[in-house]
Amino acid sequence: MWSFINKLRSPKWFYAISERLLPWFWVAAAALILVGSVWGLAFAPADYQQGNSFRIIYVHVPAAFLAQSIFVSMAVCGLVYMVWKIKVADMVAAMMAPLGAAMTFISLFSGAVWGVPTWGTWWMWDARLTSMLILFFLYLGVIALRGAFSSRDSASRAASVLAMVGVINIPIIKYSVDWWYTLHQPATFTVTGRVGMPMEMWVPLLIMVLGFYSFFIAVTLMRTRSEILRRESNKRWVRDLAGGER
Amino acid sequence: MAFDSFNEFIAMGGHAPYVWAAWAATAALLVAIVLHARAERRQLLRNLQRRARREQRLGVDQDEATKVSHQSGGNSS
Repeated sequence: MWSFINKLRSPKWFYAISERLLPWFWVAAAALILVGSVWGLAFAPADYQQGNSFRIIYVHVPAAFLAQSIFVSMAVCGLVYMVWKIKVADMVAAMMAPLGAAMTFISLFSGAVWGVPTWGTWWMWDARLTSMLILFFLYLGVIALRGAFSSRDSASRAASVLAMVGVINIPIIKYSVDWWYTLHQPATFTVTGRVGMPMEMWVPLLIMVLGFYSFFIAVTLMRTRSEILRRESNKRWVRDLAGGER
Repeated sequence: MAFDSFNEFIAMGGHAPYVWAAWAATAALLVAIVLHARAERRQLLRNLQRRARREQRLGVDQDEATKVSHQSGGNSS
């Protein structure tokens, strides 16, 4: 167990193991998103109330899931970095922030576009919408904070603390639709428990959610590998790598 | 298949602008994320290789180079 944790500390080990894992996640992401898109756009039945506008759900829900999962992952990485000083955890967290911001943007944008035919408005200060907007600003805050220090260590610690504090917002997002039920409907997509939609709609949505998660893992692994090369460029093994790949 | 023809598929039952705007924005952003990650990696590898070549040309001992670039802060941008 300890030797495994010690291995995790090593950027060199992470670089090697991620190289083997990466193709699988790319293939899974491409296949799942392709199948889910075709199924969701063309084969899933139209909603009896919303008609075909409901097909926005297939990008809206996976993006919103990721937006929240990425923030939680970032907070966990921040904790790991603060407690055990594992540099790789900080690199992963740094690479996740822009991706999380992008996913939050997708969920906000697709939600606004969806709101026009469904609610008759693209925006309202509803609790769910507002807490997602706050999440977007938290991501921007984490990104800005990393750029605001000349010392990498200070930047990493500040970003870790903000992620750990900001994670309070995640349960607020989750329960906002139950606590203040104003505009946004409560969750209809669940993996466990009662499914709030017909199977023919739910299965492609599950596929899209899994595809988005694979995409997130693939992008994070790939960018963390780049970040390792950037931060460890003076290490012997990175220099040997550069010499070898000429 | 939920649509009878390709034109009906494009029309999305009158919701075409909403459905396609949301999907197009998502697709564009995902593609941009992949292209950026790839460009970033290529750029880094190029820089590392350029530096390795330069040091070899100058005949700098690798360990010596490590020390020097550590003192000057390296290229850890």
